[in-house]
Amino acid sequence: MMNGYVVVIGGGVAGMEAAGQLAENGCLVTLLEKEDITGGHLNNWHHLFPDRRNGNEVIEYLHKHIEHDNITLLKNTIIDSVENSRNKFIIKTTLGKELNADAIVVATGFDLFRSERKEEYGYGIYDNVLTSADLENRFGTSDLSLKNGELPGRIGFVHCVGSRDEKAGNLYCSKLCCVTAVKQAIELKEYLPESNVFCFYMDMRMGGALYEELYMESQEKYGVNFIRGKVSEVGESFNNKLIVKVEDTLAGRPLKMELDMLVLMAGMEISEGSRKVGLALNLKTGENRFFASIDNHYGSNRSNIKGVFYAGSCTAPMNITETISHARAAVSEVMNYLKKC
Amino acid sequence: MNIEGKKRIWSDYQKEIADDHFFYVRSCIRQSFFPGSEQFFLNLMRNILKKDVYENPAHTTCTGIAYHSDIVPSATIMTVIARHFALMKESGYKNIAISCVTSFGLYTEILETWKHFPKELEKTREYLFKATGREFDIPENIAHTSDIIYKFRDEIANKAKNTLVNKETGEPLRIVEHIGCHYAKMFPKSGVGGAEFPNVLSGMVEAWGGKVIDYPERRHCCGFGFRQYLVQANRGYSVSNTEKKFSSMKPFMPDMVLTNCPGCTMFMDKWQYTIKEMGGVTYGADGESVPVLTYEELAGLVLGDNPWDLGLQYHMVQSEPLLKKLGLEFDSTDKYKTKNGKQMPIPKNLINV
Repeated sequence: MMNGYVVVIGGGVAGMEAAGQLAENGCLVTLLEKEDITGGHLNNWHHLFPDRRNGNEVIEYLHKHIEHDNITLLKNTIIDSVENSRNKFIIKTTLGKELNADAIVVATGFDLFRSERKEEYGYGIYDNVLTSADLENRFGTSDLSLKNGELPGRIGFVHCVGSRDEKAGNLYCSKLCCVTAVKQAIELKEYLPESNVFCFYMDMRMGGALYEELYMESQEKYGVNFIRGKVSEVGESFNNKLIVKVEDTLAGRPLKMELDMLVLMAGMEISEGSRKVGLALNLKTGENRFFASIDNHYGSNRSNIKGVFYAGSCTAPMNITETISHARAAVSEVMNYLKKC
Repeated sequence: MNIEGKKRIWSDYQKEIADDHFFYVRSCIRQSFFPGSEQFFLNLMRNILKKDVYENPAHTTCTGIAYHSDIVPSATIMTVIARHFALMKESGYKNIAISCVTSFGLYTEILETWKHFPKELEKTREYLFKATGREFDIPENIAHTSDIIYKFRDEIANKAKNTLVNKETGEPLRIVEHIGCHYAKMFPKSGVGGAEFPNVLSGMVEAWGGKVIDYPERRHCCGFGFRQYLVQANRGYSVSNTEKKFSSMKPFMPDMVLTNCPGCTMFMDKWQYTIKEMGGVTYGADGESVPVLTYEELAGLVLGDNPWDLGLQYHMVQSEPLLKKLGLEFDSTDKYKTKNGKQMPIPKNLINV
């Protein structure tokens, strides 16, 4: 039985999960992805927190999920315009394709904060300043060497890069950076047991299952140092070491440290693709520029446009578990909606 | 160090700088300590670049130092600056060119304040009118004079008689650029290249053949910092800040320091003397101290001006080692003579002589 035509915009974790579940529920689904590969940011994540499972395992699950007769996957596809006529949608792509839909699931996800915007940290200027995504790629290739070919002995992590930062225009917490830093710090200690690893944090926000345990393990088993304070600036010394200035707010004193490598825990922002889709569909956004749901408690998948639903981190920073749950909830909302149409 | 990363940041902070017709406002400190700099700027603009630059003799101090010492309240300084704008309006100019970084910071701060608090602007208009009968317009373009030299850096390079190259080694001179805090740290958009990696001085250095040194304490205060110096009991703190900067740049063996702020030029120059007297410490090669020049002085050397006409002899750290590296011909016996050839008193205890 065919229950309706649904277009899912975005082929990341949320979009893939939603498409699979909708297909299982008898809908004919077109899954649109702007890149030539599905999986979104997960493709760039080597190991996942908190259990350090291989990211590919989740990707494989999602790929199997969308191998369904009811799903048409269109890669390299960008939406040009959307016509909404009595809650029947006609979606035109930049390649000239026209798609009809009874409902739309927006799963356009997030972009990582561009760390070069925090100019004082010198990303893109100093060779050994990386982002958390860069480091994850390094884990994937098992190459942790510095620009000069040596292995780092002293490594720092800067939390809240582009999050909880009025100057960056982002007052919200990206929620996942703390646990990512803890996970990556542990992995670094495993690769480089003799190294010294420092995390510079404002608060440790470990609000997920097994996160706090991971945080304790990083200190007790691996000896990761946590310093409560915000890095103010980064420079480079004569011998190409990074000079990091930070205030240790617990000790009540400024610190100037020499490090070999600095990792910036880039926060999450509504994606550029989401912004364009939002304009095409007249979707409302909140103060944090993510899509605004019609109700924070019982309507987090519903948009201000009838027949348009949200899935995943286009509404707020989410981890993979939450993203998959949110996508499944979106499917539940879509099915209820289609029944009433 | 990735220069492409810096270029990306610079492209985000390109301000509009007027091309001609400037209302010029001088700096209290620079007129007193580096008078050749402002003189050179006017000569460059009027006689070499053929630009229209006007000075109004009724222009006064902006009261910036008193403002930062909590002596002058904000309503007063706003009215003083409004009076400068009134003089500009009466003189028929719309582009203001500001010689002092402290003044520049105040002008930008006050314009930003008026933008966000229009009632303050209206009050200032009222105060100025009641006190002087004058009215004013907001400038169409606001530039620090280092912005203007930056804008015309390639024209200067095209007319250069000297390049910033060590004539003995053939290597570019190693130049530390130091930007005044009030130039762009409050409002990064108001400075060429922003606050973290400003381009205003480094652009000049590169256009004229030198090499910019990036060192860990590049952003640190020169040591002036108003309260660090103006409160006498804090002066040890002032010296310690300067010491921190120079210790950080020493391994890079700088040939000179280039600044765009009168306070920075003064303190990085004079505290080197103090530090040498206190502990015998110097920061240049071969036990020398590091000459600290203004951007006008450096532009003047590039254009082949006589170093003593530029006023380099009025610095505490003398520039002879730098002049020799540049391969310039100069006569040290002329240093303290007037234009008429009259010998003036020769200061004692200068360094680098």
